Amino acid sequence: MSNSLFEKLGGEAAVDAAVDVFYRKVLADDRINDFFDGVDMASQIAKQKSFLTMAFGGPNNYTGADLRSGHAHLVERGLNDSHFDAVVENLGATLTELGVSDELIGEVVNICEPARNDVLGK
Amino acid sequence: MTTLTLDSQSYAVKDGDSVLTTLLSNNINIPYACQQGICQSCMIRSPKQTPPADSQIGLSDTQQARNCFLACQCHPTEDMTLEIDASSQDFVPVTVKSIQALTDDVIELILSHPEDFDFRAGQFINLKRHDGLARSYSIANCRNSDNTLELHIRQLPNGQFSEWAHKSLKAGDPIEMQGPFGDCFYVQNDPAQPLLLIGTGTGLAPLAGVLFDALAQGHTGPINLFHGSREPNGLYWIEKLRALEESVPNFHYHPCLSSDTKHPDFQSGRVHEEALRAFPDLKTFRIFLCGHPSMVKETQRQAYLSGAALHNIFADAFTVGEVS
Repeated sequence: MSNSLFEKLGGEAAVDAAVDVFYRKVLADDRINDFFDGVDMASQIAKQKSFLTMAFGGPNNYTGADLRSGHAHLVERGLNDSHFDAVVENLGATLTELGVSDELIGEVVNICEPARNDVLGK
Repeated sequence: MTTLTLDSQSYAVKDGDSVLTTLLSNNINIPYACQQGICQSCMIRSPKQTPPADSQIGLSDTQQARNCFLACQCHPTEDMTLEIDASSQDFVPVTVKSIQALTDDVIELILSHPEDFDFRAGQFINLKRHDGLARSYSIANCRNSDNTLELHIRQLPNGQFSEWAHKSLKAGDPIEMQGPFGDCFYVQNDPAQPLLLIGTGTGLAPLAGVLFDALAQGHTGPINLFHGSREPNGLYWIEKLRALEESVPNFHYHPCLSSDTKHPDFQSGRVHEEALRAFPDLKTFRIFLCGHPSMVKETQRQAYLSGAALHNIFADAFTVGEVS
């Protein structure tokens, strides 16, 4: 493979384009938006950007332990597989809207999947 | 080689190292995560030096104006004095210049501040009573030649500090002040941008600060101020703002009352609902939200979903019940 997934998606500029579309979808999604009540939206968008960079296969220093500790308070409030699926679904819809091919979206989903157990504290 | 100063301690930055790397290698406790300049966990401030531009990428223009930067992306080109925890700033002595009642339960407190105190209208300060009890109040005025700060203090039920300020504080009294803090202020990047200011109660103080600063800097775009309360006596500066509306063509004032009783002089409805109904598409707007925390949070989300960019939404949620 000559290009990494991150490069194929368009790198940092693609993350910038996707983060706004994605975060609007998440906040408008009644299945999951309760989890964002009370968060500081300005700092949240930076976190969403970090998440998308990771999901796009870009440079990141996140570990499984970071994902566990970062979501532990949400797991206590009932975060489960259905919510994880909803987030991935919103991410897929975001990329479709931005004209990304199904094949590349599949690769993004494959990157997210291994994080599931850490995010959900399993 | 450059040097970092933090709490009177100095740390040498090795060639090629970032501020974050330098702090961590000296066992300074600082939050961080991605180390890519994305998550903004390691945002700190250098009050006296302008940080390198590439360490400010992604920050709001008010954060940039306050010399905030991302420690992981900052390779210092000059010696820097750092502030990691803003609440560690020293309190300075100031004097009460005057106190005036604005309504039955809101006073206007004017303080004389030191000449070198630098602030932006709309930011907030902490005031500390002799026994250590401290509260935050927003600054309603721009810098002036008298070196004064104007604060609005509402007397809250069982509010220890506000009751003391209303009943005991008088002109000439000394009090301690810390700050300024906060990113809720006007920066002129686009003088024609529409501004939407929404506030409840003494949330008018920072919004008035933003309004006066915008006008002083020659803002030309429309400025709509929505001020809300339940009853008429919760609103103040009504005449003053109506007079301003008469004399300033791009300023529009919308006082709103949420009580069931209709008042002919005021718009009926909750202030943020009225504002969002008047301006359903906020794509081009800069929005300032101040006052009751649930109003601020809800409106922040609604404004974003109505198209406003997050870097154009400035929110300042007040504490409702006072906590010590």
